Amino acid sequence: MPSTLVEKYFRTEKLPQIWCPGCGHGIITRSIASAIDQSGLDKDKVCIVSGIGCSSRAPGYMDFNTLHTTHGRALAFATGIKLANPEIKVIVITGDGDATAIGGNHLIHACRRNIGITTIVYNNNIYGMTGGQYSPTTPKGDKGTTAPFGNIDKSFDICSLASAAGATYTARATAYHANLLTTLVKNALANDGFSLVEAVSACPTYYGRKNKKGNAVEMMEWQKNNAVNVAAASKMTQEQLEGKFLIGEFKNKPEPEYTSEYQKIIDKLAKGR
Amino acid sequence: MEIKDVRAGEVSYEKLIINPSWCKGCGICVAFCPKKVLSIENEKIVVNDIEKCIQCGMCELRCPDFAIYVGGKNNEKRA
Ligand SMILES: Cc1ncc(C[n+]2csc(CCOP(=O)(O)OP(=O)(O)O)c2C)c(N)n1
Ligand code: SF4
Ligand code: SF4
Ligand code: SF4
Repeated sequence: MPSTLVEKYFRTEKLPQIWCPGCGHGIITRSIASAIDQSGLDKDKVCIVSGIGCSSRAPGYMDFNTLHTTHGRALAFATGIKLANPEIKVIVITGDGDATAIGGNHLIHACRRNIGITTIVYNNNIYGMTGGQYSPTTPKGDKGTTAPFGNIDKSFDICSLASAAGATYTARATAYHANLLTTLVKNALANDGFSLVEAVSACPTYYGRKNKKGNAVEMMEWQKNNAVNVAAASKMTQEQLEGKFLIGEFKNKPEPEYTSEYQKIIDKLAKGR
Repeated sequence: MEIKDVRAGEVSYEKLIINPSWCKGCGICVAFCPKKVLSIENEKIVVNDIEKCIQCGMCELRCPDFAIYVGGKNNEKRA
C-alpha cells in the first residue's frame, strides 16, 4: 500500500505516471495533494481541471472530480464549472505553454474577473509534450526545437503578469522547495478569488537536455541555489540578486469574488419580481 | 529487518518503505537524503543503511513517483 497521502488522493491503479524519470511534475502534484489535505477540503467538493500537455496529465492520476479539456482552455471550462457550482473548490492545473501561450487570453481575463479558481502553473520553460518547442517562459537566449540558435523573445514573468491582470493571490515555489509549494497552494486555496501559484518544474528530457542543464538532480540543485525568498530579497543588493529568481508570496489582497458578485445581481433581481 | 510485500511490489524497512516497481531511478531521493541512506542499483532505488535513516521525509517529499515514503506513525502524520 502506498503512503497514506497517495492512497487517499491518487488513483493508485494508474500509477506510476507517464512522466519521464525525474520530471518535476510528479513532485508538484504531490505537493498539491498535500495542500488539499492540509486545507481539510472534502474530496467530492473539489474539481480539478486541466488543458493539454505533460502537466495537464496530472488530474488523471488524482482522485477528485477531474476534467481533462482542450489545449489552453482549462480556465474557460473551469469558469463554467465555478459559475454553475460556486460551492465547489475549482483547481486548474496547467503548463506554461497551456496557460500563457494558447491560453493566455483566458488567463488574463480569469485574473481580471477574480473568479474563485486556484490555478497552478507547472512551469518547465518549454513545451514538454510536443518535443521541446520554446514557450513564452523560455528564457531569452535559451534553446528549444523551434529555437535551435537561441530564443530571441523576452520571457513572461507569470506571477507579475497575473498580479497585473488582477489575480488577488500570486506566489511561486519550485519542485525543490516542495514544502513551501504546499504552503503557498494552501494559502491560494484559502483565497476566495482568483489565485495563481507558479510551480517551477524541471523537464530534464527537453529543456534540460537542450540547454545543458544536466539531469533531474542538477536541475533541482539549480533551483535550490538560485531561488531567493521575496522576504530575503528585500535586504539584498541588485548585485547579489543577479541571475537569481524570486520565490514566495507576491500578492495576497482579497477582493470581491466573481460568482458571489454575480449572485448579488441574481438576488437583487429576484427581489424585484 | 526487511519485509517484502510481493503483491504491491513494496519493500518495507518499517521506518521507510520503497516501491521499486514505481521507481524510475532518477536519483533525486539519493541526492537530497541528508543521511546518505539511499543509492541506485540497476536503475532502481535501494536502501543501503536503514539504521542511519532519521525519517525526515525529504525522500518522500521529492520523489516524483511516490516510490519511497516514511513508514509507521510518521506516515500517518505526514498525510
Ligand atoms: C489546439 C492545439 N494546439 C496544439 C496542440 C499541441 N500541443 C500539445 S501539448 C502542447 C504544449 C504543452 O506545453 P505546456 O503547456 O508547457 O506543458 P508541458 O508539456 O511542458 O508540461 C502543444 C502545443 C494541441 N494539443 N492542441
Ligand atoms: S517531456 Fe519533460 S515535462 Fe514532459 S514528462 Fe518528460 S520531463 Fe516531464
Ligand atoms: S527519511 Fe530522510 S534520512 Fe530517511 S531515507 Fe528519507 S531522506 Fe534519508
Ligand atoms: S526519487 Fe523516487 S523515482 Fe527517483 S530514484 Fe528515488 S525512489 Fe526512485
